[in-house]
Amino acid sequence: MNYTVLIILLPLLGAVISGLCIIGKRNILAEVISTLLVCLSALMSIHVYFSLEKFIKNITIYEWIKFSDLSLNFSIYLDPLTSIMFCVVTIVSAVVHIFSIGYMHSDKFRARFFCYLSLFTFAMLILVCSDNFIQLFLGWEGVGLCSYLLVGFYFHKPSANNAAIKAFLVNRVGDFGYLIAIALIYKYFNTLSFSEVFQSVYTFKEYKVSFLSNEFNLITVITMFLFLAAVGKSAQIGLHVWLPDAMEGPTPVSALIHAATMVTAGVFLVVRCSPLFEYSQFTLNFITYIGIITSIFAASVALLQDDIKKVIAYSTCSQLGYMFFACGISAYSLAMFHLVTHAFFKALLFLAAGSVIHSLHHEQNFKNMGELYKKLPITYFFVIVGSLALTGIPPFAGYFSKDLILEFALSKHTFNSTNVYIFGCLGAFLTAIYSTRLLYFTFHGKSKISPTIFKDIKEPPYVMIVPLFILAIGAIFGGYIFYNLVYDNSFWKDSIFTLNNINYVEEAHHIDKIFKLIPIILVVTAFIIVFGSYKFIQDLSSKLNKYFGTLTVILKNKWYFDSMYNYLFVKKLLDFSKFLWTSVDIGIIDLKGPIGVSAKVMKTATYFRKIQNGKIFSYAIFMFAGIVVFAGILFF
Amino acid sequence: MNSFPILSSIIILPLFGALVAMLVKGSDKEISKNLRDLALWISIVELILVVLLCLQFDQSNDNFQFVEKTVLLTKFNISYFLGVDAVSLTFMLLTAFLFPLCIYYTKLSIKYRTREFMVCFLLLQALVMGVFSCLDIVLFYIFFESLLIPMFLIIGIWGGKRRIFASYKFFIYTLAGSVFFLISIIVMASIANTTSITELDNYYFDIELQKWLWLGMFVSFAIKVPMWPFHTWLPDAHVEAPTVGSIILAGILLKVGGYAFLRLSLPILPSASFYFSEAILILSIIAIIYTSFVAMAQDDMKKMIAYSSVAHMGYVTAGIFSLTEAGIKGAIFQMLSHGIVSSALFLSIGFLYERTNSRQIKDYSFLVKSMPVFSFLFIVIVLSSVGLPGTSGFIGELMSVLGVYKFNSIFGFFVAFGLVLGAIYMLRLVRQIVFTIEARKETTLKELIFSEKIILSLFAILSILLGLMPNILLRFIDSFTLKLLLNF
Repeated sequence: MNYTVLIILLPLLGAVISGLCIIGKRNILAEVISTLLVCLSALMSIHVYFSLEKFIKNITIYEWIKFSDLSLNFSIYLDPLTSIMFCVVTIVSAVVHIFSIGYMHSDKFRARFFCYLSLFTFAMLILVCSDNFIQLFLGWEGVGLCSYLLVGFYFHKPSANNAAIKAFLVNRVGDFGYLIAIALIYKYFNTLSFSEVFQSVYTFKEYKVSFLSNEFNLITVITMFLFLAAVGKSAQIGLHVWLPDAMEGPTPVSALIHAATMVTAGVFLVVRCSPLFEYSQFTLNFITYIGIITSIFAASVALLQDDIKKVIAYSTCSQLGYMFFACGISAYSLAMFHLVTHAFFKALLFLAAGSVIHSLHHEQNFKNMGELYKKLPITYFFVIVGSLALTGIPPFAGYFSKDLILEFALSKHTFNSTNVYIFGCLGAFLTAIYSTRLLYFTFHGKSKISPTIFKDIKEPPYVMIVPLFILAIGAIFGGYIFYNLVYDNSFWKDSIFTLNNINYVEEAHHIDKIFKLIPIILVVTAFIIVFGSYKFIQDLSSKLNKYFGTLTVILKNKWYFDSMYNYLFVKKLLDFSKFLWTSVDIGIIDLKGPIGVSAKVMKTATYFRKIQNGKIFSYAIFMFAGIVVFAGILFF
Repeated sequence: MNSFPILSSIIILPLFGALVAMLVKGSDKEISKNLRDLALWISIVELILVVLLCLQFDQSNDNFQFVEKTVLLTKFNISYFLGVDAVSLTFMLLTAFLFPLCIYYTKLSIKYRTREFMVCFLLLQALVMGVFSCLDIVLFYIFFESLLIPMFLIIGIWGGKRRIFASYKFFIYTLAGSVFFLISIIVMASIANTTSITELDNYYFDIELQKWLWLGMFVSFAIKVPMWPFHTWLPDAHVEAPTVGSIILAGILLKVGGYAFLRLSLPILPSASFYFSEAILILSIIAIIYTSFVAMAQDDMKKMIAYSSVAHMGYVTAGIFSLTEAGIKGAIFQMLSHGIVSSALFLSIGFLYERTNSRQIKDYSFLVKSMPVFSFLFIVIVLSSVGLPGTSGFIGELMSVLGVYKFNSIFGFFVAFGLVLGAIYMLRLVRQIVFTIEARKETTLKELIFSEKIILSLFAILSILLGLMPNILLRFIDSFTLKLLLNF
């Protein structure tokens, strides 16, 4: 058995064993075995990452689909991009597995939970190691399914069920884009394997396709549809609505799926298909602006959310926007760098939030918390580390990855990239505001918890602290550990393609020092202002409501996306389908078709029945008339 | 080939069984038990025979194999002419697989008139096998239309409350189509002076004539598939039919229409098929999108699945008439997959119906608590039905989309859009019956018994197996598809 194959198969084995444990009702066995297997897989991924040269190759497991000259394999395509994703996925997954042992310890259905979690890990690995579009789609839908199952894990809660379905269906819209992209690629390239498609992209550079009598550039069309898929999975504006709702799932799930891995699959897709995206400047610009809009929009909504997990969820949306606009200015490796560091600090934030929620017995609204720093000092420390990394304070991981994107954007001196810098800084400012707000209300502000409960609040057990510690290492030192991703383009070999080979770090160094400091200054200012105003101004929120009334209403309603979609796609859709059924199917097709025709037949038959009146006289007349007609035909 | 007439024996064996069933005497209880066993054994032997046939079948040879021919009428060379190729074998295998399961399941579901039921059922099996293996167009017509009779009886006798209405609607609809089919056959036979399908394949009809002949056959096949707007018999028939009836109807009878397109319309009338391909694609797209919407509005589970069947068969007709390799293979794959998945869905609903006598979605809730195994298998099957990668549904739909897209991008666009719609109502169904907790009541039902678990999991496993190893089937139908495409 090949070493890299094992990395993928171990989580599957874990899922199968936990699945058997569901039947045998052996929760402890399930959690221990699946955790051990995923940890083993994580160690192996780290090993592969550090001795990459030895392992780079494409291992075919078996031929999956073959028709005409299309042959698609199940394979493990190990290149630098895959290996870094392997690391992120398996490490975060291992950490989340360990954390869940503590977090879920009182749940009767733990075996099922661990089964889904391991299955998710497996699907995500399948996604990242694919060498063709279809296997990627298998993983893509596989993670979607596991997300559906895990978000709906507390199935006795109707809200969890609705969130699960919403996530699945919104993602289906993205999948539709993916399917169209596949169909287009198959039609023109006649293959669906990455290497073959990427090799021949150049020849299709100027190729035009006509759609509804308009001419479009083929590569642009393909990449736009691929991006639609990425928008769905990575919760960018328009299709972002599922992500905040998905917070109904257990918190470890949010950390693994909705922060570190699945939602970054869209970014991964864009990076993986960089040879395609590079040839369409239009799509790249589009990605840039979608990224910018999402990062600002999501950060603005996060400002006024009171649910600790929803704030982090919107923050994830916003950070994914950063990754996308990095892709949009062709800085794929910077996007990947941010993806990696973000995976660590955002998983840290989620798990820390999870341990707060756990300690407070599933209270998620931070307006009902306060003064927790006294009771949960260790968790408090981790939240601070996570927030500092998120806001990009040096020397935490977020500083390296985020500020590098902004600095590089400024050094490019184009209109788009300058916008990236400006809005990126604004986004950082907003990020600092909501992070501080979260910190303040959860850990400082006046405690709203009843004293009897407050007295019993305890730090979570070690099994939950250790994972936080591991992630905190990533959030603090991630910037150094993974600096080789960006420092030197040779790391990526052929897995990332850019038209102009640029050393991003070099370029970023050339901008003025003041511009490098601006993001940090903004963040620190925001931090001081927010903390200060909450501390020293009485009734801040009512004053804010007074002066920014309309704005707060809009933000509280999340820019009305949800209400609009609910109206259009839930209510109107059902009305429309009811209309089609009752009016068209029953009303037109049935009434005019079979029922109408048979009624006509009946009616005609009643006329004919009048002829059959049983009187010999009238029969004789008909006979005579018949003879006359026949005779007439014969003689003339 | 002068060896053992294996195809004839596959057709005659159930007929013989039906005859025995009619003649046996004894007390009601004994008869029903013995006859069920008899039918079960016959269908198992059939399965073994078909499997043997598949094993002996030469995949690389694209001619008909195991041919048997006896001239019946010298005038038009009407003959008893049997033979199989890959696609007919595929459907024979599906038939041979579904029948034993259905007959086994009747033990739990058919409570009265067992003798008559077994007669109908065995007759049905013989006729289906006949349709899939005969190579004479008159013979084909006879088998094709006779299918109506046992199915009509099954719906009309063992059906639900409005069974009479449904069975008549079904009967009239299908019979109306067959008239045009018969006219086409008569015209073809009198011009080409032969009724053998293989000879008709090589006969070239005038293009204008082809169009008329094609239309005549189309009406009949389109009703069987059913294509929009000829589909309204299906929901009624399904809702009223007993569970086994629904399984056979969705699993096999709908496939007969698609098979007829592949066996007759495409090879005999290629120019007309090409001429009408765009029209068919438009109808298929309407079927996919329109019926998905209608399915969303349903409160009756069986009706919902019936409408979803129309949408899924839309992928089949779209794939066939994309006239591309991907499309045709995808269509065949989709038919097989739908045969498995829709049967399993109807079976699941049948299980529920026996427990509560209700098909209304609102009468079920939170099954995951009382029936966890059922819920799990049901979800697997639903996912297969919405075409999740890794299940058989995905391969068929993907290949149809690829084929249609190659034919025409705009059509491909709409066909792909159907995938989004399909997920909506199926997941809503799952949410309603499996997960939702109704405050007023919680359905507590008996978990599946062992044999029910086995049957349902067999379907689930098959669907996943086909999804992960589609090559087994794709290779099998390779030479057939290539030969068919030589016409275009």
